[in-house]
Amino acid sequence: MGFKNKNKRGYMQKPAKAIEPFRFYTRLHLSELTGLRASNLNQLLDIIKQVPGSCIYHHTHRFLQQHQYLSPEPPNDFAYWVSNVLGEDELGERLASIDTVQFFTVRSLRDKITSTIEEYLKKNISASLRFAGEGEEFHFIKSTSFILPTNCIAYDLGEFVDIFRTITIDSIYFHIFESRLRLEKKTNDFSNWIETSIGDKGLADKISRLDPYTHTLEDLRKTIIKIIEQRLRD
Amino acid sequence: MMVNMEGYIPIVGRPIIDDLRLLAEKLEGKVIQHINSTAVGGGVAEILNRMVPLLKDLGVESGWDVIKGGERFFEVTKKFHNTLHGKPGEITQRDFDIFLETSQKNIEALDIYGDIVFVHDPQPIALIKKKTGNKWIWRCHIDVSNPNQRVWGFLEDFIVKYDSAVFSAPGFSQKLPIRQFLISPSIDPLSDKNKELPQETIDSVLRRYDIKKDKPIITQISRFDRLKDPVGVIEAYKLVKKYFDCQLILAGGSAADDPESLQVLEEVMTRSKNDKDIHILLLPQDDIAVNALQRASDVIVQKSLKEGFGLTVAEALWKSKPVVASNVGGIPLQIKHKYSGLLCHSIDGASFAIKQFLANPGYAKKLGQNGKEHIKNNFLITRHIKEYILLFLSLYHKEDVVYL
Repeated sequence: MGFKNKNKRGYMQKPAKAIEPFRFYTRLHLSELTGLRASNLNQLLDIIKQVPGSCIYHHTHRFLQQHQYLSPEPPNDFAYWVSNVLGEDELGERLASIDTVQFFTVRSLRDKITSTIEEYLKKNISASLRFAGEGEEFHFIKSTSFILPTNCIAYDLGEFVDIFRTITIDSIYFHIFESRLRLEKKTNDFSNWIETSIGDKGLADKISRLDPYTHTLEDLRKTIIKIIEQRLRD
Repeated sequence: MMVNMEGYIPIVGRPIIDDLRLLAEKLEGKVIQHINSTAVGGGVAEILNRMVPLLKDLGVESGWDVIKGGERFFEVTKKFHNTLHGKPGEITQRDFDIFLETSQKNIEALDIYGDIVFVHDPQPIALIKKKTGNKWIWRCHIDVSNPNQRVWGFLEDFIVKYDSAVFSAPGFSQKLPIRQFLISPSIDPLSDKNKELPQETIDSVLRRYDIKKDKPIITQISRFDRLKDPVGVIEAYKLVKKYFDCQLILAGGSAADDPESLQVLEEVMTRSKNDKDIHILLLPQDDIAVNALQRASDVIVQKSLKEGFGLTVAEALWKSKPVVASNVGGIPLQIKHKYSGLLCHSIDGASFAIKQFLANPGYAKKLGQNGKEHIKNNFLITRHIKEYILLFLSLYHKEDVVYL
C-alpha cells in the first residue's frame, strides 16, 4: 500500500527541491482620485481614451479585492455604471462579458473597451443622450500599487502549498492578476515558477488555464491548493 | 486600555498584520504629526485616538496635536462645515477674518515637528503657512461633492500648497493641481464602541435608560446635528408606528467644536414629547452605552441629509444589524442596496425600508450578515492603517507601480 510511503505532510514522496525558490510578494494599493468624471457615454469614452492605464486597471480589477465575498458581482465598474446608472443594459452586458483573461496588456484591454463602446454608439445614436443624475457620475480613479517582498519563501512544492494556505489574498492577487496583466508577464507567477523551477509543465498549465476572473480570491486559493495537493499525492 | 496590533490577529488573521509590519519598516525614521481641532467628540478624534497608538505599535513614530480656538472660531468653522456640505448659509468677510485671526495664533503657537504633517479638516488648514521642507497632507472628512464655492475657494488657496489631499468618497474629489487619494475611514472592532458585549451589559444599559425590550427598537446614533436629520427620523418612526408597535431611540453626544447641537436637541425634544416610546438620550462620550444600544436594536437608521462618511453605518453593520440609511456621502460605499442594507432618499423611503425589515426578520438578518462581511473586508482600522502608511510612502514615490 502506498500509504506506507507517505511523508509527514501526507504526500507520496518528498517534493523535489526547486531550482530557484519562490519568494512571495505582496501588493498593496492606494486609490488615487483624478477629479475626472463622466455623465454620459461620450464623456466616458473620451476619458477612457485619455486616462493613464492605471485607471483602466483600477476600474477593471477593483471588484476582485473589494467584493471578494460577493457573488455575482459586476466584473468591471464601466459595465456596472452603464447598466445601472445609464440603463444601457445591452452595452453593460457587452462590457461585462469582455474576457479580460484573453488580454495580456492594459493597452489592449483599453482598446477593446473603447471599441465596444464606439460600436454600440454607432448603432444606438440615442444612447449618447442619456445622462447620469446628479451624484451618479462616473468618477475616474487610478490604482497605485506598492509591491514588496514578504518573508515567505518556498523551496519545494510542499512548502509552497503550506504558505499558500495562509498568505494574504493581496499576495495571491499580485502573483495572479497584477503580474500577468499590469506587469505584462503573460502568465501568472505561480505557473511560471512551477514550470521553470519545479519542471512540472503539466501542473503549471493546469493553473494557468484557470480563468481567475470568474473566481473570488478565496475560491482561487482553494482551487489552486486542491490542484497542487492532487499532484503531490499522485 | 493597551492598544496593540496583536489584538487584531483573531479578527483579520496574522498575515495581514505581518504585511503591516513589513510596510511600516519602510517608514523608518519618519515622524508623522497629526493635527485636528478637537481631542474628543466626532469621528476624527475617535479615529485618531486609536490610529496614533497603533501606528506607534507598528514602529511608526506618530504624534497628535490639537489647535486652539474660541467659541467664535468654532461658530465660523461650523458654518464652513455646513456650507461645504452644500447647506445654504451666509458667509461674511468677518467670518473669514475671525478664521484667519485664530489661525494666525495657532500658526504662532503650534510646534511643527513632523516629517509628514497630516492636517485633518478645514479648522487647522491654514497651518500650511508653516510648511518648510517637510511633506504636508490635507485630510478632508467632509462631503464636499457640492460645496459652497466661496468657502471652497477660500480653502483652496491653502489646499493647493499641500503635497496631497485625501477624500473619503470618489464624488468628493475636486479638480486640484495636487495628488488626491481616496481613503475611507474605518471602525475599530476592539474599541469600546464595537467590541463584543456580554448580554448583561446590554441589559443594564437598557435598564439605565428605562428602555424595555417589549417592542422592536429602532435606533439612530448620531450627534444632534441638523445634517443627521433627527427630526426626519422621528417622522419616519411615526409612519412606521401606524403599522408596527415599536420604539425609537435617538442617542448621541455633542462635540466640543459644535455649538449648534444643543439647539437641535431642543427641537428634537419638542417634536417627541407626548410619545413615551421615543427615547432621547444625550450620551456624552459613553461608548459602551452606544455599543449596547446598537446591539439591542432591531433596526438601525442613519437618515443623514449629508455625511462625511457615516461610520455609524459601519458600526451597526459590524454588529450584523439591518441598516436603513440615506444614499449620501460614504454611505453607498458601505451599503449595497438590498444586499447589505437598504438605502433611502426620503422620510417615506426610510419608513418603508424600516417596515420591510420589521416585517421580514429573515431578510433583515441576511442583510445584516452580509453587511458584517463587507465591513470586515473593507472598513476596519487595519485597512485604514495600511492605506495611511501607503499614503505616507506615496509622498516619496510618484510612480503608479512602486517597488518597496
